Amino acid sequence: MRKDLLGLKDLSAEEITNILETAKTMKLILKQPSKKTPHLQGKTVVNLFYENSTRTRLSFELAAKYMSANAANITASGSSVQKGETLIDTAETINAMGTDILVMRHNMSGAPHLIAPLVSASVINAGDGMDEHPTQALLDMLTIIEKKGGIKGLKIAIIGDIYHSRVVRSNIYGLTKLGAEVSVGGPSTLIPPGMEQLGVKVFKSIHEAIVDADVVMGLRIQLERQKKGLFPSIREYYRFFGVDDKRLKFAKPDALVMHPGPVNRGVEFSSSVIDGEQSVINEQVTSGVAVRMAVMYMLSRGGFDN
Amino acid sequence: MITNRKGNTMKILIKGGRVIDPANNIDKVTDIFIDKGVISEVGEDIDLEGIDMEVIEAGGKIVTPGLVDMHCHLRDPGQEYKEDIETGTKSAAMGGITSVACMPNTKPVIDCEPIVSYIKNKAKEVGYVNVYPIGSISKGLLGKELSEIGELKFAGAVAISDDGRPVVESGLMRRAMEYADMFDMTVISHCEDLGLADGGCMNEGFMSTYLGLKGITRASEEVMVSRDILIAEATGTAIHIAHVSTRGSVELVRQAKKRGVRVTCETCPHYFTLTEKACDGFNTNAKMNPPLRTDDDVEAIKEGLKDGTIDCIVTDHAPHHIDEKNCEFALAYNGIVGFETSLGLGLKYLVEPGVLTINELIEKMSVNPARILGLNKGNLSVNNAADVIIFDPSKDWTVDISKFESKSKNSPYDGYVLCGKPEYVIVNGDIVVNQGVLL
Repeated sequence: MRKDLLGLKDLSAEEITNILETAKTMKLILKQPSKKTPHLQGKTVVNLFYENSTRTRLSFELAAKYMSANAANITASGSSVQKGETLIDTAETINAMGTDILVMRHNMSGAPHLIAPLVSASVINAGDGMDEHPTQALLDMLTIIEKKGGIKGLKIAIIGDIYHSRVVRSNIYGLTKLGAEVSVGGPSTLIPPGMEQLGVKVFKSIHEAIVDADVVMGLRIQLERQKKGLFPSIREYYRFFGVDDKRLKFAKPDALVMHPGPVNRGVEFSSSVIDGEQSVINEQVTSGVAVRMAVMYMLSRGGFDN
Repeated sequence: MITNRKGNTMKILIKGGRVIDPANNIDKVTDIFIDKGVISEVGEDIDLEGIDMEVIEAGGKIVTPGLVDMHCHLRDPGQEYKEDIETGTKSAAMGGITSVACMPNTKPVIDCEPIVSYIKNKAKEVGYVNVYPIGSISKGLLGKELSEIGELKFAGAVAISDDGRPVVESGLMRRAMEYADMFDMTVISHCEDLGLADGGCMNEGFMSTYLGLKGITRASEEVMVSRDILIAEATGTAIHIAHVSTRGSVELVRQAKKRGVRVTCETCPHYFTLTEKACDGFNTNAKMNPPLRTDDDVEAIKEGLKDGTIDCIVTDHAPHHIDEKNCEFALAYNGIVGFETSLGLGLKYLVEPGVLTINELIEKMSVNPARILGLNKGNLSVNNAADVIIFDPSKDWTVDISKFESKSKNSPYDGYVLCGKPEYVIVNGDIVVNQGVLL
């Protein structure tokens, strides 16, 4: 039994596999001309977002609606939390309105962990600070499995702002549990300490990180990081860590190009790489809806065990 | 049964305890007679025939000077919803602490005579233990201008500190140390380089990466420890380093002491009992400043205590309301309540494993802090105010935060089995805690 999905850190390989299997079925539904199933009929899903989000929020909302749930969205700015109602009070209020699934995004790590034990609704972490973004990693894994047939033994290179990324943490927990070999690369100021203890290899050059990779995943570089002095300029970032056609050749010829979005063209990847044949960025988006359908459906049935 | 603050007329005989009074080089089974609020006599053959008095049978127990905690936050004036002088001193008494020095980050700040007087008067009125205010280094804790340090001294402040934040401007710190030295005022430095701390909320290392929380490098503390040691060395002034938490800081102080720099330092029980791992699960009761570090740092703190590099153990008692801890980790306030667990943690984690003897523990929790603050406390000398505690280190007890006398319950030690809960606490000759019960 599992009420919440807070991260992949706590999930077993078996639970992850079960979610991905269910998501494959959900993807079939997405390919139908009429995308409506009764899986969540009568259930209520609330998206509580303390950070801006287009794709994740819409993805959860559509996933809920495709399964006939009632879906509502709340957006709040992080600063209003400090000024007004506490997160706990807000979440308990939403819970008291008959919410079955509370999808939460918050700019502070651990926010969903704080709420989950206090509410009867299932809490799904849609990204908390620099901690985890489990459904993003699940959709990445689903995309990889569909293209590569599996995950075990693959070499996955993740490039960019590792320090601030919840996507990379969830991917590391998920991918290593399913037997992938994960390497990360980026400016040393954007690599947090102790990464090796999470079971990944850390590289200081883009070449070393992506050589022979089966998957090259870029992470969004936020412009504020440059302003805070973490690297000198976008130009220099691209020069040393941007992936263009030439650099992509270090990876395997059939390597997948992935990105959680939104992409900065000409920063993480060149436009030619983003739009190139190896890119599966749009497939990732479709997988996202399927994975979120799977997660919500399974949680409404008691968890991720078969 | 007498109660506190009733005139110090009770005569008390403490019989047959092991009296540990490091300041007077005493460690033997003997008796102590307290009369008119002071230690009247120490010895076996006290002739007390026909005198009406309270007799405390202390056989098998330890009798020592009351503890002196030179670093705590009483939150009064201004944040009485967290703690006030009455509840704070009740909590201290329960922990065997008979004198506390309270930090100036109150509202308003302790930066002038009236606030010092307010605290001293209120403590006289409602306090259960001796209260010694610490004044601020800078007016309003703003780090811009020196507080009126001389006036603070004559009002009764025992030291100065901007604790809670560093004195960022090195020139101001230098002037503070030089000026305070003239008045024999101890300067206590909260060592933190804010640029290096960079808004972090726990130790920087594997755990901060694992939890996705912004880390604070140890260099943030050590850079400032170095700075203040170098200022003390260059100007011949004294500095007391607050809440040392890293191996590097211990080593910096150790080397400075060898060079003859006038530096002293303190640590807190949480820095020798807990590590960053306690933050797992986003446990806000493990959030402090400086943050909990690693096993290696805990080891270094113990080495520093053992070899005398670290002079004192203080609580940094930092009460916070439940709502200030029951929230997102990054928003949670720093610090824990510490009065009621510090002696137990010292006995369980330092004395039991043989890091310190009980005598050394009492030096660090009573004798040395009194000496650094220039207080005539931390001893059982005849004619001195009778601040005495009695405890039995062979008796275990379980921490129950709901039973704390403090208004706040923010402690990571709930359910811990410690030992040596104070059974008797005597302040100025008044029994304040009797058989473990606050009077």
